[in-house]
Amino acid sequence: MSDLTYLSLKDVTLAYGKSVAVDRLSLDITRGELIALLGPSGCGKTTTMRAITGLMRPAAGRITLDGADITYLPANKRQVGLVFQSYALFPHLNVFENVAFGLRLKRLDGKTLDTRVDGGLDLVGLSHLTNRKPAELSGGQQQRVALARSLVMDPKVLLLDEPLSNLDARLRLEMRTELQRVQRESGVTMVFVTHDQSEALALADRIVVMKDGYIEQLGTPEDVYDRPSTRFVADFVGFENIFAVENGKLKTADGEVPLNPGAPIEGTVKGLAWRPSKVTLGSGSFSGIVKGSSFAGHAREYLLDSALGPIKAEQPVPHDAYAIGDRIAFDLAPEHAARLNRME
Amino acid sequence: MTGRLLSYATLTLVLAFLLGPFLIIVAAALSAGETLAFPPQGLSLKWVFKVFEIESFRKSFALSMFLAVFGTLAALVLGVPVAYAASRYKLPFRETLRTIVSAPIIVPGIIVGLALLRYLVIPLDVGVGLALFIAHTALILPYAVRVVSASLENLRSDIEEAAVILGSSRAGAFFRVVLPNIRNGILAAFILGFVTSFNQVPVSLFLSGPGVRTLPIDMIWYMEITYDPSVAALAALLAFLSIAIVFLAERFLGFSRYV
Ligand SMILES: Nc1ncnc2c1ncn2[C@@H]1O[C@H](COP(=O)(O)OP(=O)(O)O)[C@@H](O)[C@H]1O
Ligand SMILES: [Mg+2]
Repeated sequence: MSDLTYLSLKDVTLAYGKSVAVDRLSLDITRGELIALLGPSGCGKTTTMRAITGLMRPAAGRITLDGADITYLPANKRQVGLVFQSYALFPHLNVFENVAFGLRLKRLDGKTLDTRVDGGLDLVGLSHLTNRKPAELSGGQQQRVALARSLVMDPKVLLLDEPLSNLDARLRLEMRTELQRVQRESGVTMVFVTHDQSEALALADRIVVMKDGYIEQLGTPEDVYDRPSTRFVADFVGFENIFAVENGKLKTADGEVPLNPGAPIEGTVKGLAWRPSKVTLGSGSFSGIVKGSSFAGHAREYLLDSALGPIKAEQPVPHDAYAIGDRIAFDLAPEHAARLNRME
Repeated sequence: MTGRLLSYATLTLVLAFLLGPFLIIVAAALSAGETLAFPPQGLSLKWVFKVFEIESFRKSFALSMFLAVFGTLAALVLGVPVAYAASRYKLPFRETLRTIVSAPIIVPGIIVGLALLRYLVIPLDVGVGLALFIAHTALILPYAVRVVSASLENLRSDIEEAAVILGSSRAGAFFRVVLPNIRNGILAAFILGFVTSFNQVPVSLFLSGPGVRTLPIDMIWYMEITYDPSVAALAALLAFLSIAIVFLAERFLGFSRYV
């Protein structure tokens, strides 16, 4: 935990009865950061959020926020905001009263309350719909109400559980920019959950990649996208050619295959992975037979059958297309590979 | 063609079966004669006015009203928490609870009445009035639990968590976001409980004492002594009252969604 740490989870274990959902998770977040929790469904993202809000008590570990230990502080005293995946708006209250809910509990005087609610609705662009009931709003508008409802409380941390997953594709892009703008304007520390890597890459300052209740990798979008450190992350962000490494050689179904001398492979490296775009086509020490070829807009993708097993490669269009059945040379250059330190 | 005729015939028969007794009662109530009879002997409203002059009807009406209103309220005070607990927590004995709570619906009223008389009123010397109140509360409880459960089922539980995160206590969240959203269900349960209690005969039959009789029981008593059309007039008035209540409930609450 550094001096800059604002929200910190230390060895936090979360369990439903006897089944452990999150296992000794540690995470330090700086004030004003925008963090993405990225991982497949069921990996413990929502559970982690619930622990930060106080809706769930850790079985072990510590959570601190703004210098105070909040591990056992009740949820209604934490000053942590949560935008639920389902929005969880109050059906019997109109937009204004939904947003005012938490402020009314603080017994603010009428004028202050009105100003703050109006400010919140303004920030999310809903000032014209104050009298509508949630049932009369579109999904995107409900989302904004939920966001405003949390923001007006001036939370120390704002958590968003899959904020974009219930929206249609066009709205999702719009809300993405919207979230970024709101975060910039309010300066609030934000943690959002997603299972969509492109969302995490586009929005986050740092990405926490989760799997089965623990952190696989934590880094900037560039780290995660270009330098995945485990097989799971490499696979998740689109590295399609992944090989285990032993004694500086690639392990394949047919035995070990030495790589071309290039950048030497360090002893700690357990695997190497190449994106299809990083496979050199037309020259190199390997060869394969074209089994499949498909047009993907910016590039043409090939599926090769080689001594290394199946290889996915792509070349920008236009270029001389290879035909199915052609035998072509290719290369896997170590300097273009992601180095993986865990393969399971 | 014959199929269609047949279905119309069936429909007419069913309607006649449902509405027939009601029409006969109304006709008998409007009779100008001195005894309960159908077809009525002449038309008049005198028996309708007579109803309001009969002292015992006024007393038993007050008792029935009291039981229906306060029995239903008591059943709701007990039933709403039960319904809430059953919908929100994975209770280990959930099914057992459901069965126990529904018992008074399933067990014949005669038996409930007899049991209360034999094991509550007689040995413990509980007053008949209190026994009636307990009995009506117990009879309405299953309806209260069922109707309120139905509206809780449609309410997401995460709004309570949202309220807590916004600073509310757990109990506060119940009153601020659960109750307002099941208000219509509670109203529907109230109406159903009210009507059930008001029309209750078999249990109340056992739990009557000197001067303590619910309206339906009092009507039976009255009929055994006096065979004039005022009973028909009262029955017709009560039927209209029930119809009005259910009609309004349907209109404003969508009553049939809950029962
Ligand atoms: N209420 C619950 N009771 C028991 N197990 C649960 C409950 N909620 C989640 N889990 C389990 O905990 C794990 C993590 O779930 P969750 O945090 O919801 O994942 P995510 O949000 O990443 O999809 C899953 O294996 C899930 O089955
Ligand atoms: Mg989730």
